[in-house]
Amino acid sequence: MREFFKKRGVLSCISSLVAIAAGLLLGLALLFGFNADKAMYGFRNMMLTGITSLEKLGKVFYTAAPLLMTGLSVGFAFKTGLFNIGASGQFTMGAFFALVGAIQFQLPWWVCMLLAIAGGALWGAIPGIFKAYFNVNEVISAIMFNWIGLFVVNLTLSNMPVMLANNWGEITKDRTAKLINANAGAILPKMGMDKLMGSSYVNCGILIAVLFAVAVWIILSKTTVGYELKACGYNRDASQYAGINAKRNIILAMTISGALAGLGGSIYFLSGSTQYTLLKVLQSMGFNGIPVALLGASHPLATIFSALFISYLQVGGDAMQPEFAKEIIDIIIAAIIYMSAFALLMQQGIRKLLTKKHDVPKASLEKEADKA
Amino acid sequence: MILLADILSATILFAVPLLLVALGGMFSERSGVINIALEGIMVVGALMSCLFLSAVNARYDTVNGLVNTAMRDRGEIFQRMVEYARGIGADLPQELGKISSTTHLVNQGFLTRAQAVSYLLDNGLVTGFADADMRMFRLINDYPQLMMLAAVMVAGISGMVYSLLLAFASIHLKADQTIGGTALNMLAPAFAVVLTWAIQGQGNTTILIPNWIRITGETDSFFGRLIFKSCYLTTPIALCLLAVAAVVLYKTRLGLRLRACGEHPQAAASVGVNVYKMRYTGVLFSGFLGGVGGLAFTVAAGSGFQSSVAGYGFLALAVMIFGNWKPLNIFFASLFFALFKVIGSYAGTISFLPKFENIASSDYIYLMVPYIVTMIVLVLTGKKSRAPKAEGIPYDKGQR
Repeated sequence: MREFFKKRGVLSCISSLVAIAAGLLLGLALLFGFNADKAMYGFRNMMLTGITSLEKLGKVFYTAAPLLMTGLSVGFAFKTGLFNIGASGQFTMGAFFALVGAIQFQLPWWVCMLLAIAGGALWGAIPGIFKAYFNVNEVISAIMFNWIGLFVVNLTLSNMPVMLANNWGEITKDRTAKLINANAGAILPKMGMDKLMGSSYVNCGILIAVLFAVAVWIILSKTTVGYELKACGYNRDASQYAGINAKRNIILAMTISGALAGLGGSIYFLSGSTQYTLLKVLQSMGFNGIPVALLGASHPLATIFSALFISYLQVGGDAMQPEFAKEIIDIIIAAIIYMSAFALLMQQGIRKLLTKKHDVPKASLEKEADKA
Repeated sequence: MILLADILSATILFAVPLLLVALGGMFSERSGVINIALEGIMVVGALMSCLFLSAVNARYDTVNGLVNTAMRDRGEIFQRMVEYARGIGADLPQELGKISSTTHLVNQGFLTRAQAVSYLLDNGLVTGFADADMRMFRLINDYPQLMMLAAVMVAGISGMVYSLLLAFASIHLKADQTIGGTALNMLAPAFAVVLTWAIQGQGNTTILIPNWIRITGETDSFFGRLIFKSCYLTTPIALCLLAVAAVVLYKTRLGLRLRACGEHPQAAASVGVNVYKMRYTGVLFSGFLGGVGGLAFTVAAGSGFQSSVAGYGFLALAVMIFGNWKPLNIFFASLFFALFKVIGSYAGTISFLPKFENIASSDYIYLMVPYIVTMIVLVLTGKKSRAPKAEGIPYDKGQR
């Protein structure tokens, strides 16, 4: 039993759970602080809305799918030693490619998705190229390309009259057309899930996202390519010395990461429930991928659960209104991430706690610590 | 020429927050801590100082409203005001004609507003408010910039307190610095929304800032317009802080030690420098500058505080890298960024810029320019870029 608790995966899982509990407690305290009478009511809504009705569960899946994709994108980059803060731009670019395919060229949904992957990959590759060949920090270039991507997309869409809603029987022209009017074949299939759950939101996006999570896990942990990518992340010089082409790998990592975020964009906007609005504001879905990845410790399979968890909380947060601002959810998530930054410390603490009761040879302990 | 003055004035206005925040980032990174939380620190600084200003302004407004009512009075108060004006030698005509209230007297230039207000208050012609409100009103009326200075301090100190969270996680607990920073970036705007709701009531997400914080002056000449079109106390403060930052970083023992901790903390420790203390100092400096920068951004944006600083914290990181982690370079980099941002919004009125008439929403083209130019410059300077060597690596005493 103790051996089980000393495994690294189990340890990091426990420290994540501790962080989550601490975050939720903070949230509860905030609710009491702002409105003590309604606090328990609000907390119950936040915690239980997602499972009390199938319809709400459908909403959880609907939000979780794009979150999972951007989370995978950020997590994949983390695994390869890069910080992809540009998921927002790649998400936008993916959405743009998918919507152009759907509305301008009337393509079916799966082709639109492939286009989105290409769009995201392109926008991810650019910071990779800048990093590999010009030594520009990927964080800065990704921030720049978030904005450039947003403006390019908005500029192009403004100049494609077919794309806009007013071409398809709506009055507004500050957003893209509703897919149901423009090309119903581009809407993601619901596969009967909408009837099963009684939710108009749910579609096969979550299944596709989970499929990609598994694929990313296989690439990272079972293939040579994944090994090389991770090696570059751990130590660029050492992997170069071992004959790995570091430049190629940086670009490849950013490309894959961008492709994942781009796919997320298509899942979100091909759902048929959302229209892309031309605003001078970055897509928040891309940034929300960062907490998703961090909560899942960048492990692709753990990211599935963290995406579901965060989306679950968000659906709960909507149900807390109007008594409480739904931003309380963001505070909780931020607290959880802040706590999980101490993961290493917490794991050491747990390990110490266990060894006090049970003597373990010191050498093996140190080996464990090195691995961690 | 007036257009040029306007553009330069707006450039300075938007360069100030970038300059302050980028200097903050510089201190933090030079001490070895990547401060990606600048965006969040800005939000907290802006939130606290705007709450402070709006609380102060609420007291000001209660008295101000009564004063304005009294100044519109056409009866006894006006008669006494006329006597007072004649008493201090104002050249009032015998027949007052259209002049029928104190407001008219002030508008026609027979009295200054300050004179009229203090006469009203001194003689008890305005009543119906608490003494504390009155004192606050007089203080703001006489020294508005003193209040603004207090707001700047509130912004800086709240930024420092918030940055302690980053310092604690990344220095004491050796946590990943980007993760801690990301959490703080997420926390700040959410906290701001929740707090604003709690204070101002549901759905009121904007904290308005009072207009007496602006420094006014004549705006007819070129330089007058350049300086006073949009002048706030944050601008001179930023310039002072720039000078202080350069001196502290290069000419003091503290600066030398701080830089050493960003390059090779173990070496610094071996000669007796307390690395923890230096890194805390660096992060706290960045908290102060970031907080003030948040306030500077909010006054520059002009429409009150809406729980966000629109990505300026991240932009400031780019400015810092563009400025190669050096104070003077950062100053020019922030001017450069701000100039392009302003040109984007003025593009329609500048005659020599292309208009792109057959393209819809062409303002996006100009909005893109600063980002593209930055990328080009980063590529050109990328090989020379010299980041502090130990930034982002938690200091471990045992490691050599």
